[in-house]
Amino acid sequence: MERVFMKGAEAVAEAAVRAGCRFYAGYPITPQNETPEYLARRLPEVGGVFLQGESEVASINMVLGASIAGAKAMTSSSSVGIALMAEGISQALNGCQPIVIANFMRGGPGGGTIQPAQSDYLQGTKAIGNGGCKLIVLAPCNVQEAADLTYEAFRLAERDRNPVLILADGCIASMMEPVILPPMRTDEELEKERLARRNWISNGVRTRGWGSIKLDLWYGRAAMVNAESQGACGKPVVEHTLESANRLWAELYETWENDIRVEEYRTEDAEYILTGYGTGGRVCRAAVDQLREKGYRVGLIRPIVVNPFPANAYKKLDSQKVKFVLCSEMAIPGQMFEDVQASLCDRIPSYYYGRSGGHILEESEVIDAFMSHLD
Amino acid sequence: MERRILIGGFGGQGVMMIGQLLSYTACETTDKNVLYFPSYGSEQRGGTANCYVTISDEQIGGPVGQEIDNVIVLNEPSLLKFEERVKPGGLLFMNSSIIKAEPKRDDITVIRVPANEVAEEIGSGKIANLVMLGTYIGYTDALPEENVLATALKKLGAKRPWLNEMNEKAFRTGLAYGKEQKSRA
Repeated sequence: MERVFMKGAEAVAEAAVRAGCRFYAGYPITPQNETPEYLARRLPEVGGVFLQGESEVASINMVLGASIAGAKAMTSSSSVGIALMAEGISQALNGCQPIVIANFMRGGPGGGTIQPAQSDYLQGTKAIGNGGCKLIVLAPCNVQEAADLTYEAFRLAERDRNPVLILADGCIASMMEPVILPPMRTDEELEKERLARRNWISNGVRTRGWGSIKLDLWYGRAAMVNAESQGACGKPVVEHTLESANRLWAELYETWENDIRVEEYRTEDAEYILTGYGTGGRVCRAAVDQLREKGYRVGLIRPIVVNPFPANAYKKLDSQKVKFVLCSEMAIPGQMFEDVQASLCDRIPSYYYGRSGGHILEESEVIDAFMSHLD
Repeated sequence: MERRILIGGFGGQGVMMIGQLLSYTACETTDKNVLYFPSYGSEQRGGTANCYVTISDEQIGGPVGQEIDNVIVLNEPSLLKFEERVKPGGLLFMNSSIIKAEPKRDDITVIRVPANEVAEEIGSGKIANLVMLGTYIGYTDALPEENVLATALKKLGAKRPWLNEMNEKAFRTGLAYGKEQKSRA
């Protein structure tokens, strides 16, 4: 397989096309403009549609429209732009629409800075929209992972009929690295999938009982389950109420336990653990190697899927052996750190070191922070 | 083996191009890992611009660092800003046509390159970046010289093939200068 040299933001775009994405709408914002720029050129080549909306709100709603019409659709933005899309993302969940959203995070709060940060972990994993909606959240730490996880995002979205979020930091958007791109999905494969979606996509003509759009968009998960079981009994199997739909979403979230992905590196004999995700995670990995050279038994836990959170990786740490866990992110205060602390349940001391405001975390800083906690 | 390189200058001097040509060469003609990370203001010309290139046999860590093996500066603000980042014993390549300030460190090797003068003699000040790139490769042998040149001609020649002759001359002049400086070191 040939290595190509690409920016992370472009690798996300190309991987999306290869996964079957044929519709993109978005509104420009640094540091992710290379994604729409790339797709503006690339999508027409494969018969897809690229649209620059007049705003983030318009763009996410265009994506919803394209998705209900049967297209694999995505949008991307950065931090404050994702905040503007919140209502649409929540509605995508409500309508059981398998869209993909990429957030290349910059500093915040508010407009913050155009420079990279990891300041939207809590937004992405806990409450990306109103109404208690949860998405699978994927956090790449390099360009290869950005491509692979984007490809995977479309599969997961389609499987669950639920939106998927790619949570990358601004570093991943602008860095260039060699990448082996995933294979292009064939037109035949995509057409087969489109036909499988016939029972819920709108063709503008048919009304489809429990599966009709009107019902899909209200308490969507209940409508979806009823539509899928329609053939068996001809009657709805769950009440078409918001509460029953909420229960179905909760059941869906439980199934994600199987989608957990985490990198555990040199943890077997570790007396100390460094942890972080995305760029913070790769910086920690390099810090682990440097600290090992100095004779410290250090290991790494790097969540690759951040929602659902790989709590077990921390829960199984031996409190007799591990002296502390140091979490590093490009956010102040720490955000993933809250999940790390919750997973550790006070069994093992945990500390936090972070940079923010556009400062990019460096190995030497993490090492200094580590040394400051040694007794 | 890991080599961290930092290139700094004004927007418009071709700073990013030096970094990209090194990175593309490493990606396309070697098995090494490579990371290119740009940093610049909102200006296209006149603002500050710099980029980090890391070439390594191992998996690469964070995109930026304080201890850089080779620093290449094309203007004075970059010298003032990045001189301190050169690793003790590391190399500092400076564009002596433009930079009048003197480096303060005595624990690094400084290679002065009259890049703009050489470039103008060949035909245009705009190719000073290729003179710098050639000098860097000539001095360090960080990547195979013919591969770097081939990458430069391919990338730069895609849009302006008629400039390839001049680009090659700039690179080769720099290359010879770099080798000469190295032999004296």
